[in-house]
Order: sequence, then structure tokens, then C-alpha cells
Amino acid sequence: MEPYELTIHELHEKLRSGELTSLDITASVFERIEAVEEEVHSYITLLKEDALESARKSDIEIRRGNMSQLTGIPIAVKDLLCTRGIKTTCGSHILEDFIPPYDATVIKKLKNAGAIFTGKTNMDEFAMGSSTETSYFGITKNPWDPERIPGGSSGGSAAAVAADECIASLGTDTGGSIRQPAALCGVVGLKPTYGRVSRFGLVAFASSLDQIGPMTKDVQDCAIMMNVIAGYDSNESTSVPAEVPDYESFLKRGIEGWTVGIPKEYFIEGMDPEVSSAVEKVIAFIEALGAKSCHISLPHTRYGVAAYYIVAPAEASSNLARYDGVKYGFRAAGSSNLMDMYKKSRSQGFGAEVKRRIMIGTYALSSGYYDAYYKKASQIRSLMKKDFDDAFKVCDVILTPTTPTPAFKIGEKTDDPLQMYLSDVFTLPANLAGIPGISIPCGYSEGGLPIGLQLLAGYFKEEKLLQAASAFEKQINLEKRRPLLHGI
Amino acid sequence: MEYEPVIGLEVHAQLLTKTKIFCGCSTRFGAEPNSHTCPVCLGMPGVLPVLNKKVVEYAIKMALATNCTINSSNVWARKNYFYPDLPKGYQISQYDQPLAEHGYISLELGGSTKRIGITRIHMEEDAGKLIHDEINPVSYVDYNRTGVPLIEIVSEPDMRSPEEGAEYLRRLHEILVYLEICDGNMEEGSFRCDANVSLRPKGEDIFGTRTELKNMNSFRNVQRALEYEIKRQQYVLDNGDAVVQETRLWNDSQGMTHSMRGKEEAHDYRYFPDPDLVPVVISGDWIEEIRGSLPELPLEKRERFIKKYGIPPYDAGVLTASRALADFFETVAIKSGRPKLASNWVMGDLLGHLNEDKLLMEECPIRAQALSDMIGLIENGTISGKIAKDVFEEMWRSAKDPKEIIEEKGLVQITDSSALEAVIDQVLKHNSSQLEDYRKGKDKLFGFFVGQVMKATKGKANPKIVNEILQKKLSK
Repeated sequence: MEPYELTIHELHEKLRSGELTSLDITASVFERIEAVEEEVHSYITLLKEDALESARKSDIEIRRGNMSQLTGIPIAVKDLLCTRGIKTTCGSHILEDFIPPYDATVIKKLKNAGAIFTGKTNMDEFAMGSSTETSYFGITKNPWDPERIPGGSSGGSAAAVAADECIASLGTDTGGSIRQPAALCGVVGLKPTYGRVSRFGLVAFASSLDQIGPMTKDVQDCAIMMNVIAGYDSNESTSVPAEVPDYESFLKRGIEGWTVGIPKEYFIEGMDPEVSSAVEKVIAFIEALGAKSCHISLPHTRYGVAAYYIVAPAEASSNLARYDGVKYGFRAAGSSNLMDMYKKSRSQGFGAEVKRRIMIGTYALSSGYYDAYYKKASQIRSLMKKDFDDAFKVCDVILTPTTPTPAFKIGEKTDDPLQMYLSDVFTLPANLAGIPGISIPCGYSEGGLPIGLQLLAGYFKEEKLLQAASAFEKQINLEKRRPLLHGI
Repeated sequence: MEYEPVIGLEVHAQLLTKTKIFCGCSTRFGAEPNSHTCPVCLGMPGVLPVLNKKVVEYAIKMALATNCTINSSNVWARKNYFYPDLPKGYQISQYDQPLAEHGYISLELGGSTKRIGITRIHMEEDAGKLIHDEINPVSYVDYNRTGVPLIEIVSEPDMRSPEEGAEYLRRLHEILVYLEICDGNMEEGSFRCDANVSLRPKGEDIFGTRTELKNMNSFRNVQRALEYEIKRQQYVLDNGDAVVQETRLWNDSQGMTHSMRGKEEAHDYRYFPDPDLVPVVISGDWIEEIRGSLPELPLEKRERFIKKYGIPPYDAGVLTASRALADFFETVAIKSGRPKLASNWVMGDLLGHLNEDKLLMEECPIRAQALSDMIGLIENGTISGKIAKDVFEEMWRSAKDPKEIIEEKGLVQITDSSALEAVIDQVLKHNSSQLEDYRKGKDKLFGFFVGQVMKATKGKANPKIVNEILQKKLSK
């Protein structure tokens, strides 16, 4: 097996034993990137020279015995996370040349842990999308079928892991942007509890929903990544000073005696039968794990999409006001006055989906409409939180499909925003309520497309989520397949 | 028709914290443009605000000093609008759940007291400053001021004349400065005021249409702008027209207000709770702790000075204009034991010199101890009141103690009767014709002889003793 095919924990052992160096691994990953990137297009920016240089330094540290589990491991980062001295475009023309003078807190943490950065991954513009089709820098292809989308908005981060163009990656999740592409690309993706991982340096889409999380090849890697990135940050007011357990230590405990909630609202008509049957199969495993299943109801689920598409665009309309051509980023040429400069810079700088959401959000916050839209949506969020609070009184985790369908075709939903928005119907509620959620692979469609399973847990119960995910991963024991790329 | 003006004022006061409201940058005024900035106050992508607790403490002080009710949980809101001096495209402010509400301050107006209601006090961040090139059509932005903490103090429409408006502002300003939470510098923009004004027929309860006045950077200009605007609105109404609801800019050099934007062009600020900040939770204990640290406020101080030191209300008003001045006076009053004399010296000579040299009380070269020593020297007859004026001058110049000056210059009063008698004998001898006239009944010449004695002693003679001796000798 090539080094790029391995997981963090497998590579860590090989680095520790001296069987491989970080330079071997990093070079192997870049070889892979050079072979398949043209076909997949996971990245906006590649950092080969920097990565090889960091790998050499890591090897010195490893020889000295200074080693964390991420030391020398090549990791890709979504281009929504600020990286000091490295372009951070957010997938947008308006920030095409933006170079942040600071690192996001998670970037600092990964650097301190000795991780190697392979590059910045492609994404829907400002994370607004479910297919990575709205990026200014081109479409990322699903490694399992280049005619299909990888999901979004962290499509580049998901595809890079699936195509072995990195060992693990970071994504961000505002309405499912980690879990949905993880499901569609057949990788593991975790959205932590709101407040668990610092948002400092994460370019805001919807501040009350955004979270950064890992995208990995297996659940153990996900726990390793969480151990590094989770924790309180005094630079963020909404960061929560809750203790961070050793997530990895929960993985092999099993879930004997647990109750797994199955919400009826997540098994809807119109769902792809292959997705339903894959998830049904997993539900059948619950007893074998010594746990029991329990039918629950989350009655306000059906308002999720509506509430989300008020709250997220409203916050986005304000968060994106700073891109005005005054201080940094794109400024349109040939403006005759200030208003003209604003209009031209923003009209030319933003893509259609971003503009659509700015318009929706601006409208929702307008004088006279606030109570009917934003306030109402906030009230729905409270009701959805209560739904989950009630549910977690009777169950330990909740199990649902991650998405209603496997990956759809490129261009299939670009003309129908509502259909596109509905692809996040199962992932949005966790963001609106603030609870953590994980997607793990649970099967393949007949056409060979990955299908994802979502687990949800209560606030700051990531360890339960990982414990359950690890148990299901083992029980499902999914046949190891690799996407065919360039015939490799 | 006779109209009654209705005036409400909105004051923005910069708080004297060392660092900005949501980042660690300095708030110092006058630095090199954009030198006090960081990614957070520049609103760069991905940054987040973290509240400076000192801002809340200072705002609570003002809320307590103006008798407001403090909301135990208050919420940050985004006020959205585009302008180059606003790097995020929104200002972090407070909207429907402000820090404090329902307060008042008392004004002394022509012997009676009037309460002016405070609608609300909220915290917010200041914006930057545009600098326009005077020759080329280019504008620059200085973000040093961006994120400097402000409180906005909104009054009820309780004022009925420009004088009341100006008096309210002075009192508010005085309280802020007393609390040491704002330097009150209007020229540098640390204390800014917008005014809302409308007219209604006298006796009417319903408010007329109001205009909002901006760009007045002194107490005087606020009063002038209000006076102008009241006249303008009266003219409009008298002509049978309606006042248009709009924002008007005061032009100082023209002494007029001009329309800036109408109601239709008013911004829709699309306020909503800032998701990057949690509500500010204020405990009762914290409020009490801050209450305990409040200094005596100007109004209380004035009343105490009148009662305790028996000085007139006018003196008490002048002496409490600043905390430093009041403290100085009080020290002199207590140490000298002569509050009225202390008040005269402080209000007269001391304030006169300070104003002349454009010095702040804090920069005064004369210490309170020295002035009270000088008053003591007058009281015990060591120097006369007249000599004291010279001693004071010297104290101002050299910052020396009065005793030292008196000794150095030999200014000790001559109280020795035999010595004075000798001088008087000399004076009478050298002015025999005047003496003759006096004896013939020209009583007025008594003053002439006193003057001659003082001249001969270079003013050091004790006037009381000179009088006694002269009386005695002349009546012979």
C-alpha cells in the first residue's frame, strides 16, 4: 500500500517505528495529488514546497522524540479558514487575492501539533451551497463518479480525503457542509457542538451556526483530530470552557445498554430507496451491539429548512457586508463615486448564490419583517432545541440517514435552489440546535456511490458520538473500496 | 401663534478605557493614522470580538449616576450600514435590550429644579474617520478610532428651550468627567451631541414633526443650532407649511442648519442580535460594588458645600465645576478654617491665573497647602491682604511657599507701634501744609496720610495700627 492510502493512526505508527518518514508520506501524497488532482480538483491552492519543507522539519522533531499523533501528517484545510501568509479565498472572486495576516485558532493548533499542510481545499463560495458548484475556482468532482458532485460546501475537503489527496482534512459545517459531502464521498465527517471548536479565523457565513470539524478516513482519525482542535478559546466569546476528554479513549468501549433513537421525521417519502435500505440495515445491527432502538419524534424538524434559510442568509447578509472594496479584496475598476464602487465591486465580486442569499437575508432583517422572519425563525430554533433535549432524555444517540440521496449529477440542481436546499434537510437541525453530529459511511448504492449514516448526540457529547460511530463502523465492517481515478 | 419647543438630546461619550471595546488596541487620540489597529478592529475576515469588561463597568457608573435601571441581561445588536469608516459594514451596538433605561438628571434652572428623563444608555463601538485630500479627489480612512468604546445617552424630549438643552448637556458632561469615564473633550469628539427638536402650539400635548440636528461640536453651537432651528420651524409653521421630518446639519460659519437627508433616505439599519457576542449579564453584587466606588457627584457636592461651608450657591457652582477644583477648594477651606476666604482666593485669583495661562487645575503651580498657609498668614496679621496679592503672584511664578517668599522679600507686616509712630511723625513733619489744612477741617486728607505711611513702609505697615496712631496724633 502507498503511504497516501493510510490513515493518521496507521501512519503515526510507521513514523514512530521509523518505517516511514514524514517526507516519504508527504511526497507520496503530492505524487497522488499530481496524478488525480486534474480529475478531481479538490484544491484551490497547493502548498507543495512548504509542505515538503515542514515534513523535513517534522522528521527532525520525530528523531528527537518530539511527536504528537499529528506530527508529520499531511492535512488539507478548507479555504474558509484563515492561514497566515497563505491565500484564503473562501471560493470567491472577491477574496481571490486575500492573504490573512493571522492564523485561525484551529490552524495554530494543527501547527503546534506538527501537522503538514498540503493546501487549501475548494468549496462553495463562502460555504453557500451543497455541491461545491458555486466556487469561483471551478467545480470539484466526486472521486467515485466524476460526473457527480462531491457535496458541499466542504466538497474539496471531502473529495481530497476520498481521493487520498491528503490523509485528513478540516471542513466547516453551517447546515451540513461537513456531514453531507462526507456522506457523498464515503468519508467520516464530524460537526462538533457549537462552541466546542474555536471559530476564530473561520470566515463567517452564519455565525450562530458555523462550526469547524474533521473529515477523515475512519472514526479513530476523527477522534485524533478532535483531540487537537477542540477546546476553549479566549478569542471567541461564544467558545465554551467545557473540559475536553480524550476522545480516542472512548472508541473501543462499545454501546452495550445504550438506546439509539430513530426519529420518524427523518424517514420521509421521496427518499432514495437505496439510502433507506442501507440505513435500515444499520438499524438492524443495533441489537447485535447490545443496544436497543427506540422510535422517537422530533416534531419541529419540518420547519428546519425554512428556519435555516432565514437565519443563515440573515447573518450572512451582515457578515458579508465587509467585502466592500474599501480595505482588502476585489475592488471594481472605473467607479465614479463611493456608491458606484460598492455596487460594482459587490456585483462583480460575488457569485449568484451568494447574492441570492444576501438578498434573502437583507429582506428578512428589514424593518417591518424582522418579527415575521428572523424572530420567528429564532423561536423555531428554540423549539428544535427542545425537541432534541426531550429526545436525549430517552436515548443516548440519534441515528438518521445523512442525506436523502447519494451524490447527484453536476448541474442537476443548480437551476433549482429549493431542490438544492432540500439536500441538507437531515443535517440542518443539528446546526439550528447546536448539537454535534457525525456522518460515517454505511454502504454503497448499486451504482457504487457511497451512502452516509448520521449520528447525533447531546451538547458537548462528542465522545458519545465517536463511541457510537466507532461501534457502528466496526459492526458495519464496510467493504474497503477505493474510487477509480485515472485507472489507479 | 405662540409655540413651545420640544427638545431631546442624544449624547455620544467616548469612554476612557486604555484599550478598545472588542480588541486590545490602544484608544489614545492623535496617533499616526491606522497605527492603533489590528485584524479585529479592521474587521478582517474571520475575526471575532471579545468584550472589554471595563467598558461595561464605566457604562454602569454612568447609569447609576443618572438614576437608571440597569438591565441584568442586555444584548449586543448589529446596526448594518455601508460606509468606508465602518470596516465590518455594521456597528456593534445595543438595540432593544440596552444596558440601562428610565433614568433622570436634575437641572437647577433659575432657582427651581427640573428633572430631565434619560430614556436609555447603551454601549457601542465608535467608527473610524475619513480624511479627504484637499486638492485631489481622494479620501483616506483612519481606523484608529474604530472600536473605541462609546456610550450613547438618550434623553426624553423633556427640554423646552435651547438654554435648558445647553444646561442639560453641561450637567451630563460634568457627571461624565466627575466619574472619570470620559475626558469630555468636545473638539476631539470625545463628547458629541445630536439634537431632536420640534414645535407645538403652547398648551398642546401632541408633539409636532421633529428634525434631527447634527454636527454641533460645542455647548454654544448646540444652543445656537437649537435657536436657529426653532426660528426656522416657526417660520415654516407661520407660513402655513409643514415641518419635514429630516436630518439637518449645523453649519457653524453660516450659523444655519441644512437638510442632510429626508425621512425617505433614512437608513434601515436591519438591527439583529450579534451572534458573535453573548448577552452581557450584570449581577446585583457587581452593581453594588460599582455603586460603592462612585465619587460624590456635582449636584450633591454643591449642596454639601453650601451647607457645610456657608458659601453662596453661585460660589458652590463655580467651585464644583470640576472634581479637581472642588477638591482643591475643600482642602484650602478645611486647612485654613476660613471657607469664604478660601472661596474668594480660589474663585478670584487662582481661577483667573489658570484661565489666563490656559492651565488645567491639575497643572496648577500652587498647592492647596500653600494657599491655605497664605490665608493663615493674612489671618494672623503677618501680611496684609494687599501684600498677599503680591505673595500670591510670586507663589504662582515660583511655586514657593508663602513664608519663604515673605521672608526673602521682607514682606512681613510692621505691627510694632513705636516703629510706626516714628514713620508717622516723619510723614506729618514732611507734609506740614496738608496737616494744617486737615486741622482746618479738611477731613478727607486722613486717607492721604495713611497712603503716605504705606508708601514709606512699602505697604508693609499694618493698616489697622496706622489708623489708630494717626487718629490719636491728628486729634491732638
